Amino acid sequence: MADLILTPNIEKADDFYAELLAAHDHMAKVDSDALNARLVLVLANHIGDNAVLAQAIDAARLKTT
Amino acid sequence: MNKIFEVPLYAYERSPDQDAATPVRHKVIVIGAGPVGLAAAIDLAQQDVEVVVLDDDDKVSFGSRAICFSQRTLDIADRLGCGQNLLEKGVRWDRGKVFFDDRQIYEFNLQPDEGFANPAFINLQQYYLENVLMNRLRALQAEGAPVQIHGRNKVEAIGTHDDHVRLEVETPEGPYTVEADWLIACDGAKSPTRRMLGIDFDGRVFEDNFLIADVIMEADFPSERWFWFDPPFNRGQSALLHKQPDNVWRIDLQLGWDIDKESEKRPENVIPRLKEMLGEDVEFQLEWVSIYTFQCRRMESFRRGRAIFAGDSAHQVSPFGARGANSGLQDIDNLCWKLKLVLDGDAPESLLDSYDFERIQGADENIRKSGRSTDFITPKSDMSRVLRDAVLDLSEHYEFARPMVNSGRLSEPCTYDGSSLNSADALDGPAQTRPGSTCPDVPLGDDFLLPKLAGQFTLLTIDADAPGMLQEDETEVRRLALSVKDDMTLALKRRYLGDAPSAVYLIRPDQHVAARRGTYEENAFRHAIRRASGKE
Repeated sequence: MADLILTPNIEKADDFYAELLAAHDHMAKVDSDALNARLVLVLANHIGDNAVLAQAIDAARLKTT
Repeated sequence: MNKIFEVPLYAYERSPDQDAATPVRHKVIVIGAGPVGLAAAIDLAQQDVEVVVLDDDDKVSFGSRAICFSQRTLDIADRLGCGQNLLEKGVRWDRGKVFFDDRQIYEFNLQPDEGFANPAFINLQQYYLENVLMNRLRALQAEGAPVQIHGRNKVEAIGTHDDHVRLEVETPEGPYTVEADWLIACDGAKSPTRRMLGIDFDGRVFEDNFLIADVIMEADFPSERWFWFDPPFNRGQSALLHKQPDNVWRIDLQLGWDIDKESEKRPENVIPRLKEMLGEDVEFQLEWVSIYTFQCRRMESFRRGRAIFAGDSAHQVSPFGARGANSGLQDIDNLCWKLKLVLDGDAPESLLDSYDFERIQGADENIRKSGRSTDFITPKSDMSRVLRDAVLDLSEHYEFARPMVNSGRLSEPCTYDGSSLNSADALDGPAQTRPGSTCPDVPLGDDFLLPKLAGQFTLLTIDADAPGMLQEDETEVRRLALSVKDDMTLALKRRYLGDAPSAVYLIRPDQHVAARRGTYEENAFRHAIRRASGKE
């Protein structure tokens, strides 16, 4: 079983972060929330593995294992 | 209004039980002549088990009520000798459309795979189902089967004893007492039997109201299930449209919690809502309107000594997914062959514990799945609504999100994993036919597999040797010998063999798999028969 990657894994982290911010530019909170929700679902589907997704939910809760 | 509601189907007639000096003892009494009770009576009578049905009414149920009947229900009805009558009257469907706001976001096909005798679903008003079952019961009576039905016989008190139950029954001509070795309570969600026996029925009440309306209209909508999330004509809520026979359409509108039920039900309030939904120019007549609030709950045990509960009296679910009447019929399918073996002394009474285990498993699965549907359809927090809407928006554009859309996961039979009647899986075969599962149908030339498996233990061999008959104690197990060559569509291979070159299946009278192996081994299958009859 694959483990969730919690070490740096995005080649150009600053670029990604800037793109994420740009996607939310000039958006009302309600639209930003909707965008984030869609993004979570798109990424979750890409990951696919239920065990990794469960680890990701735990990680996002800032749970220490 | 349809005549079917007015004519008594089983009018009160004085029975010899009312004039007996000492109470007559029957083998089985069924309380309630709804779909579940009638199915129980037919199933038992077909197996030559003497059975009496008591109902406090004498007519079919009023209004369409349960309308969606699943492939498994049709397979069970085939075994009960009336599947064809349901198919002839019912509206077949296997497609659906999902709408969000003012647009269609996708459509689906429930049965992309082929090679089943019965369709994925039919829609049929509950009163037609009851009528078909009643006709079947009358036909059995005419053939001399040991079944009676007494209308306007209201059970007022129940005494439970170690080896029988005693009922006090009220009739238009006064009370009488009658006894039975076994009682099956099929008297619905408000089960008076459950109340008289003082049994709790706890669960989760969903804080929502639904308006159900049957309208008669000449409309050219296709025979599909249409589901709306947050439509313009019912903002913030959901809606469902389904076609029934006789140009009757079922419309379900979610109303929310804080409403005035009596006022919402009045035609002057219902009709404008429906006009908004159907379009101003569609002519329709309102046949039946009802408002309901549903609950998800089940009894802790479906059996109290000699009293057994089946259908809504034992468990209730939300309506999303057609899991009410369909699961009630699965209860009966599971119960009656076991009761027959116990009554004949061919199995220990403890075999009935497996009814409790297996059907509680089914009820829990139904409650879990319909609860999840409810959480999707009626988001309970701001963020759950944001996520729900995100799924719906994505599903319009990308296929990946569609499996997450939950407008009701439609009823499928439960697989009894972990049941004590199963033998360990000894075939490297498809998961869908592992021990505990229902046998999927397979085309065999002009015929189908399931009718050949009905009502008795069967040893199904596929390209494997075995004796023609295996007898273990009083249980006779007949062999059904098939080859993958019998099915040109290869569904038999796909559903029962997978990569295995051969297989032998022990199949229960209710068409569930009890055991399977690659080849026949006498001792293993003798052991499996004993397990499946509750003897080990």
